[in-house]
Amino acid sequence: MRTPERLHALAAFVVKELRHILRDRQTLVILLLLPLAQVVLFGFAIRTDVKDIRLAIVDAAPDDASLALRAHFTGNGRFRVVATAAMIEVIEPLFRRGQADVALVIAPGLARALADGTPAQLQLITDASNPNTGTTIQAYAGAVIGAWQIALPGARQGVVIEPQVRMRFNQSLESVNLFVPGLISLVLTLVTAQMTAISLSREKERGTLEILLVSPLRPWQIILGKVAPYLLLAFANVVTAMVAAWLVFQVPFRGSLALLLAASTLYALVGLALGVLIAARTNSQRTAMMGSMIGTMLPSTLLSGMIFPIASLPWPLQLISNIVPARWFIVIVRGIMLKGAGIVHLWQELLVLAVMLTVLLVVAIKSFRARLA
Amino acid sequence: MVTQASSPVVIEGVRKTFGSTVALDDVTFDVRAGELFGLVGPDGGGKTTLFRILTTLLVPDAGTATVLGRDVVRDLWEIRKRVGYMPGRFSLYPDLSVEENLRFFASVFGTTIEKGYDIIAPIYAQIEPFKHRRAGQLSGGMKQKLALSCALVHRPELLLLDEPTTGVDAVSRREFWDLLHDLQSSGLTIVVSTPYMDEADRCHRVALVQKGRVLAIDVPGAIGARFPRPLYAVHGVPRHATIEALRAFPHAASVHPFGDTLHYSDAREAHHPPQVIAEVTAWLTTRGIAEMTMSRIAPGIEDAFMALMGDEPGAPA
Repeated sequence: MRTPERLHALAAFVVKELRHILRDRQTLVILLLLPLAQVVLFGFAIRTDVKDIRLAIVDAAPDDASLALRAHFTGNGRFRVVATAAMIEVIEPLFRRGQADVALVIAPGLARALADGTPAQLQLITDASNPNTGTTIQAYAGAVIGAWQIALPGARQGVVIEPQVRMRFNQSLESVNLFVPGLISLVLTLVTAQMTAISLSREKERGTLEILLVSPLRPWQIILGKVAPYLLLAFANVVTAMVAAWLVFQVPFRGSLALLLAASTLYALVGLALGVLIAARTNSQRTAMMGSMIGTMLPSTLLSGMIFPIASLPWPLQLISNIVPARWFIVIVRGIMLKGAGIVHLWQELLVLAVMLTVLLVVAIKSFRARLA
Repeated sequence: MVTQASSPVVIEGVRKTFGSTVALDDVTFDVRAGELFGLVGPDGGGKTTLFRILTTLLVPDAGTATVLGRDVVRDLWEIRKRVGYMPGRFSLYPDLSVEENLRFFASVFGTTIEKGYDIIAPIYAQIEPFKHRRAGQLSGGMKQKLALSCALVHRPELLLLDEPTTGVDAVSRREFWDLLHDLQSSGLTIVVSTPYMDEADRCHRVALVQKGRVLAIDVPGAIGARFPRPLYAVHGVPRHATIEALRAFPHAASVHPFGDTLHYSDAREAHHPPQVIAEVTAWLTTRGIAEMTMSRIAPGIEDAFMALMGDEPGAPA
C-alpha cells in the first residue's frame, strides 16, 4: 500500500472507532460526566480538611492571657467549643464518647508566665484515631496559637515557644486544590488505559481483530487508529475537570494552560500505551478490565500521592511509586495549577513521563504482534 | 495434475501443535487454480488452524505452505493484500450499519465500495436495501452475505471461508453455495470448510479432515467409492429395536443411523448381496422386526467418512 492509501485506511479506522464511541451512548455519557461527578464528589465529600472541629478547653485558673487565647479559638470559624472545664479529668470521657476532636490544656498562671518570661505551658491533645484528620486538626490548632502569639504585645513575643506551621501555596489548606490534579490523572487513566484495553480486547472477543490482522493494516495503524479517538475524549475530560474545579470550588489556575494540555497529552499517551499492552496480554474484556483496574487505577489512586502523601508510605511502596506515571503527572499538574510552575521547574517530571512512554510504546507494539498467539 | 507453481495453495507436511495438543499432523495437499475446494470434517479437526496458517495468522511448526506462490511465513504482507478471508464467526461490527462495515473493510484493504462493486454486486445487492441497518440486527443469512461482501470487496485472488454456513438456516445455506459457484465460475479460487457432509457434494474436490490429519482427498463422488464393502439401507419399525438387532447380528461390520434409515455393511466380503439381504431379513424377523425393507445402495461421502474415521487408530468404533 502506498502512503495515501495507508493514511486513508488510518482515517477510516479512526472514523470507525469514533462511531463505536458515539453509539455506545451510556458509556459516552458516563465518560463525559465522570470528571464533573468526581470533582464534585471528592470536593464536597471526601475532603481531608476539617471544618467544625469540636474543642474542649481545660483552663484551671483563667486569667487575661488564657481568656485571650480562648477568644482566638472561639473567634476562628473552624472550632466549636463543646466543653470548658477546670479539671483535665473531664476530657478523657469526652474523647472516649467521640464528643471532642481536640483539647487545649492551659496550665495555671499563663499571664504571669508571659509577664515574667518563664516558660508557659500549653498542651494540645488530638483525637488521632484518623491520623489524617488528627494531623490536620493539630496544624489548625497550632496555627490559632501562632496567631494569638503574634497578637501579643511585642515584648512578650518568643516567650511561648510553639512550632509554627505555615502551608505554602495552599494557605487555606483547601484539600480540594490538592485533589483536582489527582482527579485529572484518575480520569485520564480511566479513559485512556481502561477504555483502550476494553475496546481492543472487545475486537479480540468478537473475532474482528482476526480480520484486521489478516488485512494489510500494520500494527501501528491499528494501535494509532484505536487510541486517537480516546485522546480526544481525554482532552475533553481534562477541560471539564478544570472548569468544574474552577466554577464549583474556585480552584486557582496559576500556570500555562498550553503546558498543562501538553503534559496531559503526554500522560494520556502513557495510559493508552498501557491499555494496548494490557489488551495484548489478555484474552477477554473481563480480564482486560480487571487487569487495567489493578494495573493502572489502583496505583494511580493509592501510590500516586493523590490521597496518601508519598512521604507517608512505607519505603517499599515509596520505591514502587516511582514507576507509577500518575505520581509524576500529579506533581506536574499541582505545579502548573497551584504554583504557576513552568517547564523550567517541571522538565524532570516531564522527562520521566517521556521515558516511560517510549519504553511502554516499544513493549506495547512488540506484544501487539502481526500474528495470532 | 496442475504444476505446483500455478497452484494457489500448496501445503507440504504442515504440522502445528498447541502445547501437547496436535492440531495438524503432517498435512499435505494443494488447491488448483479456479477450484472450489472443501475441507470437510467435524469441529476440532484442525480446519480453523489450517485457515489461520494460510492467512498468515499462525506459523507452522514444521512443513511449508505457499499461498498464491508466496510463503506464509516470509511473505505475510504480500499474501494479506491478495487473499479474502471470512473467519468462523462472522466478524462484523454489530454497532455499525451494513454500509459502514463494508466501507470500513474496503478502506482497510486500500479500496472503496465503488471500485469493488461489480465483484460484490451479486451478493451485496441482496442486502443493499438494508444498508442503513445495524449489522447486529441482521439475520444469520444476511450477516453471512455481508461478511462475504467484506471479504470480497478488495478483489482477492483467493477466497478462504471458514465454516461460512454454520448457524445459518437451510435455505440460506443453499443460496450461499449457489453464490460460491457463481464466484468460482468467474475464475476465483475458493477454499471452504464445513462440518456438514451434505455440503461436500457442492465442492469440486474435498479433503476429509479429522484429528489434524487428512484422511482422503478426492472428488466427492470418488470419496464415496472408497467405502470398502457393499452397503445396504435398512428400514425397520420400531427403529430403535432394529438398530439393536442389527448390531447384535454376528456378521455386522458397521451400523449407522442415517435419517430415518440405517446403513449396514457386512463383514463377510465373499457373500453375495442377495444372500446378505436374505440372512439379515431372517435375523431381524426372528428378533420381532416384522415390518422392514432392505436394499443395496451406493455409499456416500458420509459413509466413507465414517469408515475412514473407524480406521483411525484410537477412534471410537
